[in-house]
Amino acid sequence: MSLATALKTGDATQLPSRRDEDWRWTDLRGLIRQIPPQYRYDGTGVLPAFSVASANGAEEFYRSPFTANRTVTVLNGFVDGLGLGDPGPLVFDDYDPVVALDVANVFGAFQLATRLAVRVPAGRSGVLLESHAGQGNHLVSFDLDIELGEGASLERIVLVADDPEAVTVRQTNVSLAPAASYSQTVLTTGARRQRLETRIAHPGAGASVRLDGAYLLSDQRHADLTTSVDHRGLDGTTSQLTKGVARDQARAVFQGRIVVERGADRTDARMRHQALILSERAEVDAKPELLIFADDVQCAHGNTIGALDEEAIFYAMQRGIPADRARAMLTAAFVGEVIDRIEHEGAREIAHAWAEAQLGSL
Amino acid sequence: MLSINNLHATVADKPILKGLTLDLPAGEVHAIMGPNGAGKSTLSYVLTGREGYEITEGSATLDGEDLLSLDPSERAARGVFLSFQYPLEIPGVPALTFIRTALNAQRRARGEPEVAAPAFLRQARETTASLKIDFEMLKRSLNVGFSGGEKKRMEIFQMAMLSPRLLILDETDSGLDIDALKIVAAGVNAMRSPDRAMLVITHYQRLLDYIKPDKVHVLSAGRIVASGGPELALDLEREGYDKYVKAAA
Repeated sequence: MSLATALKTGDATQLPSRRDEDWRWTDLRGLIRQIPPQYRYDGTGVLPAFSVASANGAEEFYRSPFTANRTVTVLNGFVDGLGLGDPGPLVFDDYDPVVALDVANVFGAFQLATRLAVRVPAGRSGVLLESHAGQGNHLVSFDLDIELGEGASLERIVLVADDPEAVTVRQTNVSLAPAASYSQTVLTTGARRQRLETRIAHPGAGASVRLDGAYLLSDQRHADLTTSVDHRGLDGTTSQLTKGVARDQARAVFQGRIVVERGADRTDARMRHQALILSERAEVDAKPELLIFADDVQCAHGNTIGALDEEAIFYAMQRGIPADRARAMLTAAFVGEVIDRIEHEGAREIAHAWAEAQLGSL
Repeated sequence: MLSINNLHATVADKPILKGLTLDLPAGEVHAIMGPNGAGKSTLSYVLTGREGYEITEGSATLDGEDLLSLDPSERAARGVFLSFQYPLEIPGVPALTFIRTALNAQRRARGEPEVAAPAFLRQARETTASLKIDFEMLKRSLNVGFSGGEKKRMEIFQMAMLSPRLLILDETDSGLDIDALKIVAAGVNAMRSPDRAMLVITHYQRLLDYIKPDKVHVLSAGRIVASGGPELALDLEREGYDKYVKAAA
């Protein structure tokens, strides 16, 4: 059961539904009766697989927030819709320590499933600046496979700005070799229904994972941040921080699972989720899970959901800051803790500015 | 400057202020003293517009303008500043950012141009030096992890930066050792001027050794029950609040 399968087969019964435990808060089956037709490139514009293209005003619409040594732009519809075939993996070689991957979904009531592979060879390191933007009431499935060789490291920063009418599922599978290091920060404003899922096969063996996220939701938007980290060997670390804000009738879902398998001793895994609910009709569903089958481990998780501190708002107002501004400032500061953990300085600044802009329009 | 007339206020339907009348002219420093539960903190919150306090009767005006109909940020823009008894921690917002945001919000509200960063930083450096605050501290989240004394000093620092016209000090001496108290008092005294007024709310006389009031009022059971010169504070220190509590009852 997955969106990708349903899109491939055109069979709506393949969609995940609330009967699947992992999808109980992000029901697609009940939302989508019929799979719309696959998006097809209409033949105009520049051919692109992995180069900048312009058609449908897409380029006008989409400006990457990131600058990097290399920019890979996927205007969806050009890749799979044209049958250009597998573009091959995006490999972090010597010359591309910072790559911007921009995915723009600019089309209407169609569906599209895209896959991409990223490889960081042994001993190499890189930064992947990824942005997803959309316009239109489409269905999109995006699968990313990331493979890190021994001692390799990758920091991935993802900004997601979907259309409020879009339904999107993005799944990332990460596999790490010993001593590899993977850091991820996902920031999203949600969609009509949206799932951002990350699954990590953690070998232990000195490998480390940082797995962070933040959601900034308003109106009737939905965002589901689901993660699963599977510690399979000795001496692995995972540090996870997810924060978010839901207002109006928005709904956020956080499902974080960390599994420490038998024999994965000396694992150090910490997970924290903190949410702000800014209206009575907003909803946050959280399911933090630690499944520990080893003895000698250090694991902790924390989960808090609350409102803005009214006393702090009064304090800021007493100093002359109007109520709206005070709320925005405190909310940005709350979410800012996640962004501060981004190591790449340029990306951190862009992420701060991006979040502030989103919060300003919340 | 500040004129409070027959003010009645309730908290959760419980009357706390019961006909408080007070006139604070520009250029003067008035102390409000009183036993626990007299309504001292309520007075400071009512004047600054905190939620949860209902005005049932009376008025409070600043230079003739009704204060009570304004929200807290509007009052601040008109020059009302409260030094909190327990200053709040603001995680994730550096002190400098917070104060500059506040200053410029006030200036915008008054139709004045914003202060540019270099001028602001220069002023901040000078002010930290006079209050013996480490400038580096201003880069940290406001009040987060600060000691009680540091928080109080940070209140006075904000007061100096925002340059208010009506200063309300709520138990500013609590939590301060004698050296910190002297620094804080010097900071407050430096702000005395003919176009400013100060309301010093305190339980103990000690603070008034360092911030000399022009007048002292005794607040008991929600009303001013006695007023006099600085000698009244010394009198209270000797004899306690008992006779006023009885008189008010």
